[in-house]
Amino acid sequence: MDFKPLDRAGIAARIARDIPEGWFVNLGIGIPTGVSDHVPLDREVIFHSENGVIGAGPAPAPEDVNPFLVNAGTQFITLRTGGSYVHHADSFAIARGGHLDLCVLGAFEVAENGDIANWARSPNEPVKQVGGAMDLAIGAKRLWVAMEHTTKGNGGSRVRRACSYPLTAKGVVKRVYTDLAVLEVTDRGFLVLDMVPGMTRDGLQALSEAELHWQ
Amino acid sequence: MIDKFVPDMAAALAGIADGSIVLVAGFATGLPEALMQGLVEQGATDLTLVLNAGGRDTGPIADLLSSGRVRKLICSFVRAESVAGRLFAQGKLELEIVPQGTLAERIRAAGAGIQAFYTPTGADTLLAEGRETRIVNGRNCLLEYPLAGDVALIDAWEADRWGNLTHRDSARNYNPVMAMAAPLTVVQTRNVVPLGAIPPDNVHTPGVFVHRVLHVPG
Repeated sequence: MDFKPLDRAGIAARIARDIPEGWFVNLGIGIPTGVSDHVPLDREVIFHSENGVIGAGPAPAPEDVNPFLVNAGTQFITLRTGGSYVHHADSFAIARGGHLDLCVLGAFEVAENGDIANWARSPNEPVKQVGGAMDLAIGAKRLWVAMEHTTKGNGGSRVRRACSYPLTAKGVVKRVYTDLAVLEVTDRGFLVLDMVPGMTRDGLQALSEAELHWQ
Repeated sequence: MIDKFVPDMAAALAGIADGSIVLVAGFATGLPEALMQGLVEQGATDLTLVLNAGGRDTGPIADLLSSGRVRKLICSFVRAESVAGRLFAQGKLELEIVPQGTLAERIRAAGAGIQAFYTPTGADTLLAEGRETRIVNGRNCLLEYPLAGDVALIDAWEADRWGNLTHRDSARNYNPVMAMAAPLTVVQTRNVVPLGAIPPDNVHTPGVFVHRVLHVPG
């Protein structure tokens, strides 16, 4: 088996291919943040940022930084023509009220029933890093996850029968983009939509704790 | 004549008592930094701070926490490597972690007179342990209560003497929402404009929610 995993930018680019013009999209911190770099500006996708930005654009040149304009990762950004600002409660009304066509989040684990774990590695973790993930996960029309297929440490699979880490939300993930494959969450579990060149069915299954299904 | 401008920091923060719940707006930008520094000097203690996140090693949030006057922090996340993270680890700071959208909505609810609400956010998570959940419209939901402050500290770009405000770009964030949710809302503004200078369609936070305004040129 001779295959080359996607790097983080490669995962982001793969996701970007599947976002059609007209969608209203929130990108989480981590791999998802890079997705917008791979959506050409002439494909009109509107990016939402939790801190109240509708129509987030690319990073400015250093000399053009506006100190009043940041994204949810606190990076300086620009506003696209047609963009607007709302306050924080309205921004989360967008997220929680079902107005996002898509949210892409990073995750530690995803389960075959669509459960996502992305905020704590243990129930006893002293400092909780919740942020806006629970709101986005339950509210978006579609939740996609971007993550590496296995952990860096022991190579354990992040593609699970059941999540072992504390949940962010239950049964909400529709699709998972990893460095090895694209998986759809279906009633019978993970359905493989795509694999990196050179990957085999047996090879991917061996790296997945959950049972994989094929079209 | 209504004039909500106050002459100095002492007047802006007068009467903030020990044990107050203080709403602090801002998300990387739009923080009322001068008022936060003023609060350190004002001396109120045993405070509960409500803000988006616990801040970093330096900056106005770190300064407030380092002053030893904060008993409890209510926010959506705390970095382990920060003043807040270390104080919590040392047992010197209480923490209540609230999902960011629930945090904003609890504050909005306080300002809007809503006594409770159900949301799916967090309902199937550890945050729901020991709390009331119920199925509403087929979804598991968590009961949440409003979160009001005794005082709100707000940043503005422009203010007039009625306390009508504008906020600049994404510096708006929590400012209009927190301004609604306290009986004493104190604003620092970069710019002072005459009454009527802000077009009525462009007022982001109406003066009805504002009690004191301090001019802090930026």
